[in-house]
Amino acid sequence: MDARTKDLWVFIETAKNGKALNVGLELLNPGRRLAEKQGGNLVAVVIGENTDNAVQAVSDHGADKVIVVEGPEYQSYTTDAYVAAMYALTEKYEPNTILIGATPNGRDMGPRLACRLKTGLTADCTALDIDEESGNVAWTRPAFGGNLMATILCPEHRPQIGTIRPGVFKKEPNGDSGAAKVIREEFHVPAEQIRTQLLDVIKEAAGEIVDLEGAEIIISGGRGVGGSEGFAPVRELAVALGATVGASRAAVDAGWIPHSHQVGQTGKTVGPKLYIACGISGAIQHLAGMSGSNVVVAINKDPEAPIFNVADYSVVGDLFEVLPVLTAEVRKLNDA
Amino acid sequence: MNILVCIKQVPDTTEIKIDPIKNTLIREGVPSIVNPFDSYALEAAARIKDKNLDTKIVVLSMGPEQAKSALKECLSVGGDKAYLVSDRAFGGSDTLATSYIISETIKKLEGMEGKFDAIFCGKQAIDGDTAQVGPEIAEHLNYPQVTYGLEAEINGEKLKVNKEVEDGAEIISVEMPCVVTFTKPSFDPRYPSIKSKLAANRAQIPILTAADIPTIDLSRAGLKGSPTKVKKTFVPPRKQGGVKIKEDTNDASARKLFQLLNDAHVI
Repeated sequence: MDARTKDLWVFIETAKNGKALNVGLELLNPGRRLAEKQGGNLVAVVIGENTDNAVQAVSDHGADKVIVVEGPEYQSYTTDAYVAAMYALTEKYEPNTILIGATPNGRDMGPRLACRLKTGLTADCTALDIDEESGNVAWTRPAFGGNLMATILCPEHRPQIGTIRPGVFKKEPNGDSGAAKVIREEFHVPAEQIRTQLLDVIKEAAGEIVDLEGAEIIISGGRGVGGSEGFAPVRELAVALGATVGASRAAVDAGWIPHSHQVGQTGKTVGPKLYIACGISGAIQHLAGMSGSNVVVAINKDPEAPIFNVADYSVVGDLFEVLPVLTAEVRKLNDA
Repeated sequence: MNILVCIKQVPDTTEIKIDPIKNTLIREGVPSIVNPFDSYALEAAARIKDKNLDTKIVVLSMGPEQAKSALKECLSVGGDKAYLVSDRAFGGSDTLATSYIISETIKKLEGMEGKFDAIFCGKQAIDGDTAQVGPEIAEHLNYPQVTYGLEAEINGEKLKVNKEVEDGAEIISVEMPCVVTFTKPSFDPRYPSIKSKLAANRAQIPILTAADIPTIDLSRAGLKGSPTKVKKTFVPPRKQGGVKIKEDTNDASARKLFQLLNDAHVI
């Protein structure tokens, strides 16, 4: 293994408005712990356009240093521009470890970067630690649809890289704002080297944005809602709680709700603070997508539904009678 | 148009059970299927062929000899030719080693089948769930990539890909040759006909070994060529001590649930 720094990097993905996505700020928390154990600095790498807001945010969340690459070509994520920038930075600064949020863009960039660096990458981790024996990062991740957990090491290659599922770690503002040292790197990617081009954007009907991966509360409906109109009480509770509407594969396959709402193995993997499963039996593929939730509530008529095995609160009952009462109670609380 | 579709034979994870005593996965008797995301990739290729009849679809898999049955399934729903790359020396490969072997195999296949304009893969396999092999193949070949594809169509010299994003879809134009990984579209992949199934069963599937592809540096293949090592595996602990709520009426159950969630500061 070559001599290099002991620094740990957290890739900070930015939204089009330049703000840091939550997952990057979340990862500074375990990043701090791992960097201390490895005896290195905690470095945030911010790539985007108009990054001032993101740079301030990472400083407020405990980064020792911030490396910033800014330019119009980074306003929207492209594989070619982002991988080129990350590769150049990694070659120059030689970090020991890189944490990347397992967002769609993070999972597009991670393998491409790891392959260019000829190093190992562990995908979609849900736990991070240091292997006491070897001092390597111990990356723990689910496989086989969440039926099995595996702990992976990357002993002989650096940097060691992992993508980490959003919502697994909590953001921790450090109160000691503005302390991070900011390093600005000029790195630009010529337009002809970006081999993809965004032609058009198709928004889902009614301008509904389905950010399941970043949602703090998700209310999901399954076969038990019985039809598209059956999602009405689910949506009403979602509005009252400020939640995002999810769905099981059964409801999506039946055409009751678009696939962008699907939680599970062939849909989104989510990690909200609260997950309310309504009329969902709990097929293993669905559980694979939501088992990272902090608190799970299940409402189902069938007392034997497997969803109850993973629920913190199991309500055996009719969702069409339970949800309106629950929604009314939440509204009362909101108005109080 | 010449399209290569990469597929993996995987255990049907729906059928996997946990041994309640040993707390391990029971893999015996679990049926093998074509990774569902790979069948979406194949369907995307088949839809291009529906509109452009001169399209050829070659299907490639890496794995043990039994993966031939998965390749035959692909031949019955749109694949024109199939190859299996298989060698003991490739066993235990992680994603970097696997993508390296596949990219060298692709170069070898191009000598036999002509240059591929596009390489389609599933977003991820449902056993490993890494979503890494597709982008890593693209990197080894230095091709552009689009991930989370739903559908693709030819647009002159470029490929137009409908890519799934949070709030809908993006239409991305990508230079060819390229790699596209596919997620679940709103339509189901086609079914085989009896005729196509019989023809696929009779098809010969050539096996390529390490000896057939001398460009593969075996120090970059298999367990020893893999930078990541599995330290341990374990079955995740089940949630314990959930609260069951079943009052006399649904109304009372709902109120109790609200009370408990409110007391626990969850809402």
